[in-house]
Amino acid sequence: MSGVFFAIMVLGGTGIVAAVLLSIISKKFYVKEDSRIAEIESLLPGANCGGCGQSGCHAFAVACCEAGNLDGLDCPGGGKDAMNGIAAILGVENHGGPAKVAVVKCAGECNERVRSSYYDGAKSCAILATCGSGESYCVYGCLGCGDCVDACVFDALRIDPYSGIAVVDDSKCTGCGACMKVCPRNIIELRPYGPRGMRVWVACSNKDKGAVAMKECKRACIGCGKCSRVCSHEAITVANNLAYIDAVKCKLCRKCVDTCPTDAIHKTNFPEEKVYSNQPTGSDSAVN
Amino acid sequence: MGTFKKGGIHPPQNKLTAGSPIVTLALPRRVELLLSQHIGAPATPIVGKGDIVVRGQEVAKSSGFVSASVHTPISGIVKKIDTVRNVAGQPVTAIIIEADEENHLADEERRTNKTRVRSDEELERLTVEEIRAIARSSGLVGLGGATFPASVKLAPPKESKIDFLIVNGAECEPYLTCDHALMRESGDEIVKGVELMRRACDAPEAIIGIEENKPDAIEILAKASEPYAAIRIEPLKAKYPQGGEKQLVKAITGREIKSGCLPASAGTVVHNVATAYALYNAAAYGVPVIERVVTVTGKDLSRPGNFLAPIGMRLGALIDYAGGLREDSGKVILGGPMMGRAAINLDAPMVKGISGVLVMAEDDSHRRKEEPCIRCAKCVDVCPMGLEPYLISTYGRLRLVDEAQQNGARDCIECGCCSYICPASRPLLDYIRLGKKLIADKIQREKINK
Amino acid sequence: MSKILNISLPPHIHAPGSVASCMWRVNIALIPALCCGLWFFGIGAAIVTVVSIASCMLFEYVITKWMLGREPRISDGSAALTGLLLAMNLPSNLPIWIVIIGAFVAIGIGKMSFGGLGCNIFNPALVGRVFLLLSFPVQMTSWPIPCADRLAYTDAVTGATTLQLLKSGAMQASDMDLWNLALGGVGGSLGEVGALAILIGGCYLLITRVISWHIPVAVCFGAVVLSLCAGVNPLIEILAGGLLLGAVFMATDYVTSPMAKRGMLIYGFLIGAITIIIRCWGAYPEGMSFAILIMNGFTPLINRYVKPRRFGAVRRAEAA
Repeated sequence: MSGVFFAIMVLGGTGIVAAVLLSIISKKFYVKEDSRIAEIESLLPGANCGGCGQSGCHAFAVACCEAGNLDGLDCPGGGKDAMNGIAAILGVENHGGPAKVAVVKCAGECNERVRSSYYDGAKSCAILATCGSGESYCVYGCLGCGDCVDACVFDALRIDPYSGIAVVDDSKCTGCGACMKVCPRNIIELRPYGPRGMRVWVACSNKDKGAVAMKECKRACIGCGKCSRVCSHEAITVANNLAYIDAVKCKLCRKCVDTCPTDAIHKTNFPEEKVYSNQPTGSDSAVN
Repeated sequence: MGTFKKGGIHPPQNKLTAGSPIVTLALPRRVELLLSQHIGAPATPIVGKGDIVVRGQEVAKSSGFVSASVHTPISGIVKKIDTVRNVAGQPVTAIIIEADEENHLADEERRTNKTRVRSDEELERLTVEEIRAIARSSGLVGLGGATFPASVKLAPPKESKIDFLIVNGAECEPYLTCDHALMRESGDEIVKGVELMRRACDAPEAIIGIEENKPDAIEILAKASEPYAAIRIEPLKAKYPQGGEKQLVKAITGREIKSGCLPASAGTVVHNVATAYALYNAAAYGVPVIERVVTVTGKDLSRPGNFLAPIGMRLGALIDYAGGLREDSGKVILGGPMMGRAAINLDAPMVKGISGVLVMAEDDSHRRKEEPCIRCAKCVDVCPMGLEPYLISTYGRLRLVDEAQQNGARDCIECGCCSYICPASRPLLDYIRLGKKLIADKIQREKINK
Repeated sequence: MSKILNISLPPHIHAPGSVASCMWRVNIALIPALCCGLWFFGIGAAIVTVVSIASCMLFEYVITKWMLGREPRISDGSAALTGLLLAMNLPSNLPIWIVIIGAFVAIGIGKMSFGGLGCNIFNPALVGRVFLLLSFPVQMTSWPIPCADRLAYTDAVTGATTLQLLKSGAMQASDMDLWNLALGGVGGSLGEVGALAILIGGCYLLITRVISWHIPVAVCFGAVVLSLCAGVNPLIEILAGGLLLGAVFMATDYVTSPMAKRGMLIYGFLIGAITIIIRCWGAYPEGMSFAILIMNGFTPLINRYVKPRRFGAVRRAEAA
């Protein structure tokens, strides 16, 4: 009996001493943290993508609380919802710009470009970029090794196996810009998402003279300027043999898309144009 | 026998052309002279379309302290100054010259009799400044492959006292024999060039390091250097990378160049034997750097050899002299197989830095399949810089820039021993180079932000 | 445009070695020791070895193919090596089902759960062996008497090993016949009995540059130093038990040993020292497996703090 009593005394005593020590230490070393930081962090995607320019989501939350307003702070990953939520927590107004999405400014598919070599080294665009012009003679285009795919934490990019070019899934892209930073040829641009996702952009980055560019790739922008002449909103400028569409001025009229001789201007998410014909539609013909 | 102690490998030598004499190639009808054949600022053209130029004339002048001028190897008319593609497929600016009737005479003259502009007595009277001026005006760059303007290296900073001029005749890369052939055939000229260099950088002693697998070269140079008390030959163990700047200085003088420092910090200046030869040629005959010895080799070629090739000739034509590409040729390497660059465009012109053209068969030209790292530590064993390639490579791949830097990525000399030895065929050097590039980018960014 | 060429960064040539050639060379180096085991223990040794290798390869294949969904790579010989090393560490009268359990633990837990080849922290064969030692202590420590009955398997007559005899005090160190120890005429696991055969395999590995001398020498040195401290005969400690087998074949395992040469020396020395400490003052007569596993655990730490000397390193005092 005395043995049991002794055991209870020892264990209980140890427990009480430990509890007292713990409580003293926790009081003494307590770090006071702004409760809003945790609230804000819960609204953020938690992917630590770095698109905001901070080192991670926690750092962004701290920065929001410290600044007290949202000037110059934007979480592209969380988008408008997250920013509105943060604005509500901080009691300020959100003046954030429009949502952005990454676009790849290259359309030089494997069969459109002149092949110059076969790359056999480590699968990384940054390494291939140091081997000269890469697998084609275009020193501006997509290298297709997928550094951007590796950089994307939202799984929004993939290398199309047929074209060999990076493709953005705009339903997953949050516009964090991680791919843009990692691309050794700087062919990824963040552009406004556009009304219902409708966007028009020049899918080429080639700055070579027209004749040279044409030899390199059938889909290259040759800097002919037809698009800028046809544009009635002065949204298109041609510099260094390359056209650029200002997304703010662009009214999505798509005249340039039809004019471009090399199909270098891309449009996306526009409703399909109705094709009037007397033929029965596919679904009807399926019913015998 | 001198050698560096740490690391190193013994790849198969494959010096197919070790005994081949230097064959002087006929001057081509057309040359493309790139404005940027060296490290530093591209040269500025001083001729225009339609100008008539003669062999050896300067066509582009150096445009800064670290820059080098360009001369034409043929006589003819400047066709245009235009964009051409270099061997890596990138568009670059070049002066394009087509030969005229004069060229035939120039070709004859260079084969039969060279005219001296300075006698040996006059050479001995040249001042330090004059030697440097000759190096500068002749467009002399490091012909070992680094293509750093030689005039800069011949004028070491005043605060560093130079004790040794080290001349690199190691030629540790497999396949390459251009320096070997040059040492065999032009030992006297090299030694005289070394003497000029030694005086230019005010070194009391000049040492020519040659790997022991070239006994004939050692003998010839030893004989040639007898009249010069300040020049001696140091036989070195045949081991790669014996010709690496830091390894060579260590092997010959026992001094270690500190991390991140130039050889001058250890009281040494390192030049190549081909550069010494070119300096002598420029000083004695007034011939600037318009041609150089190139080894065109490979098990795939029918007539591999050492050629004296004019700068600016088409690389494809150069390979044709050695038998030409075959259907099953898979890769063309400019330089040796350990550090040379793979060529993309063979229509590109020859430049000053090409010491060898190595043609590999399709079957030999592929990388082997990458396997998981088994941590065998072979890369650590062979690294001549005492680094841990497996670690730096991983940091490079994961883009962990700070970690790569802490582990000494910037000390890497890119000799390729780690990738060569790796039993899992991992592209270690590829990712180390990526890491180094990311570090350089970061430093650049920090500079701009300041 | 001319011919389309292949490109990559340098170097463009590669040494002839590969992962598979390294692994198979270790397998070949184990053949003398295996032959020794077969000679002394007969058919039992053959059964244990074959079962161990086959089940290791099978488990590796099944796990990579069906559980991890990767391309199986059993042809590189690493699974066969694990199986062979495991068998070398087992008594030759061990029932088949225990061998299979050992193989499963070695490959499944020791290797694959960490991510397969190159990712494991602990030597897989030793993980399997120690698991069996702790789970089946009776079967694992009843050693058949060498050359007694070569046709016997689980029914073989068993006896004590040298180390057990020394530990229990049934035998004095002065009574030992060192030649007998070196040639293998004593009980033990089937791979550890022929010290000379192990050394022949070790020489082969050194000549083919699969291993360097650092770890085996450091292990023996550590064992000698500690034996002298503990006042036991160092030669007996090295020759008896699994010390040599471990020093040559298991401590040198690429994946679980340090990268730098100085690190290897520290690692090897401590393995030898810990082995002798366990033998002299621990509960077990044999401590090699535990010593290696303990030091495997320290390998990442050694790798972190023991670096090769960098060329041209600037000393702190100079830099300041």
